[in-house]
Amino acid sequence: MIVEGKKKIWSEYQKDIPDDHYFYVRSCIRQNFFPASEKVFLDIVRNRLGLDFFETPHHTTCGGIAYHSDSIPQETLMTIVARQFALMTEAGYENYVCSCITSFGIYNEIIDTWHHYPELEAKIRGLLWEASKREFKIPKSVVHASDVIYKLRNTILENGKYRLVNKTTGEPLRVVEHIGCHYSKMFPSKGVGGAEYPYVLTGMAEAWGGTVIDYPERRHCCGFGFRQYLVQANRGYSISNTHKKFESMAPFKPDMIITNCPGCPYFLDRWQYVIEELEGKTYGADSKGIPVFTYEEVAGLVLGYDPWDLGLQMHQTAVEPLLDKIGIIYNKEDKYKI
Amino acid sequence: MLYDRLMEDYRFKEGLNACINCGTCTAICPAAEFYKYDPRIITDTVQSKDEAEIEKLLRSETIWYCGQCMSCITRCPRKNGPGLIIQALRNLSQELGYFIDSEKGRQQLVLNRALCGNILNYGYCVYPRTFHHSDHPESGPVGKWIEDNLEAVHKRVGSNLDGEGPGILRKIPQSDLDELKRIFDVTGATERMEKIETISRERAKDLGLSDEEYCRQVFTINSEEHYI
Repeated sequence: MIVEGKKKIWSEYQKDIPDDHYFYVRSCIRQNFFPASEKVFLDIVRNRLGLDFFETPHHTTCGGIAYHSDSIPQETLMTIVARQFALMTEAGYENYVCSCITSFGIYNEIIDTWHHYPELEAKIRGLLWEASKREFKIPKSVVHASDVIYKLRNTILENGKYRLVNKTTGEPLRVVEHIGCHYSKMFPSKGVGGAEYPYVLTGMAEAWGGTVIDYPERRHCCGFGFRQYLVQANRGYSISNTHKKFESMAPFKPDMIITNCPGCPYFLDRWQYVIEELEGKTYGADSKGIPVFTYEEVAGLVLGYDPWDLGLQMHQTAVEPLLDKIGIIYNKEDKYKI
Repeated sequence: MLYDRLMEDYRFKEGLNACINCGTCTAICPAAEFYKYDPRIITDTVQSKDEAEIEKLLRSETIWYCGQCMSCITRCPRKNGPGLIIQALRNLSQELGYFIDSEKGRQQLVLNRALCGNILNYGYCVYPRTFHHSDHPESGPVGKWIEDNLEAVHKRVGSNLDGEGPGILRKIPQSDLDELKRIFDVTGATERMEKIETISRERAKDLGLSDEEYCRQVFTINSEEHYI
């Protein structure tokens, strides 16, 4: 691989990420399984960096998981999203930031579809008016919350307490990054680095001292598959795809996994537990799993947040091996204290 | 005509351009590795406009195997989207009631109840009080600990579980849930849910199963015919 050439291509795959003044919408899955990630994200951008991220209690799910499970028609999804855009418009914002990759893909899909089929946009405007007497403007900018952290990665490093470096050896930690299918597979131009060279997480990992592993199944799905996980009968699909990724990455001896999408860390974390239970197989060193993180959790660790304030006790695969490698100081007894 | 019905779906219009049968979509597809599934054949079938074959698809198991990762969209050299075609086929299969003819199609009942139920009752697709460890043993001992200590764990990490105002897992006001219900009503989601319920109820009755028995069966049974 000619690194210089790749870096040149990456420089051509950048996207516009506004500096400030965002309308923030939450993720169903992140709130359920990695709630502290949203808390730390807002704490970083609002309290540490003084940026304007507005949230209204009136926003709801975008309906994305139901849509990709084929439980709601496309018009229903579009009208729920149109309502979210109306809330943004009413609040006086133009920059829309979401905490979910499924949502991010959906917003891009809807805006693109309306662009190509204006009669559909008109129909949805009519349906929204009929349902809630609301009107909306299409956001000037739609970004994922990780795009914001990517943009702020060097500021985070400058204010950081720790780096993604092995304290004992001084070597960069070996990072697997998983961006989630709907970040840029459908609309490559909407993601940092496109679909070929996604850089949103790589940029963070490298800025914070780590080195990213390029393994064969790097871009393979985490295994969610919507109905393929949500229905118990189908979960063989889900774990098989996760298994494929772990078998592919294991020879490269990763120290950690950083994820973009809220669902992926759940599957990469939980299915490791199940594979160990079923086959007695672990993929990390010393018969342990590979710790899996959200990008907000990693940003929080770099900035010196307490691991249990970051919600790392809600992970099934233990995170301590990574904390110890970095040399993060934490209290073991506090882990499950509630 | 079924092909014309499919063409009414914007995802179908966007997803079907001109398939050259190269099979790149099948090579990249996670579902094709796991199930007896071939997105190339599905795309070619709908492209043929053969009504009998399209009807077979709508009643088949195969249209339910896709995980909608949309990797096929990135890789197709002719800008087709087999994943989008699948969405249109599943939509029409439910509209026509054909979903009931396949084991995987019948799962739409439990998906609808869980997901639409969460959206209409709470404003979330996934909601912790309806996510039970007994249905999700893969969430492990930590998942059980979270379920057993739901309020305390969420309070510890900064959630606003069922609380007023903004924040993580806040209680979404009833007026907003009412708006979601009206959106469901005017966009066809309510009608879709009722159709799935009615057809599934008839099926359960034919099988002599109670609603609970039927749902449990649909949620858990996975026959061997799905694999190569």
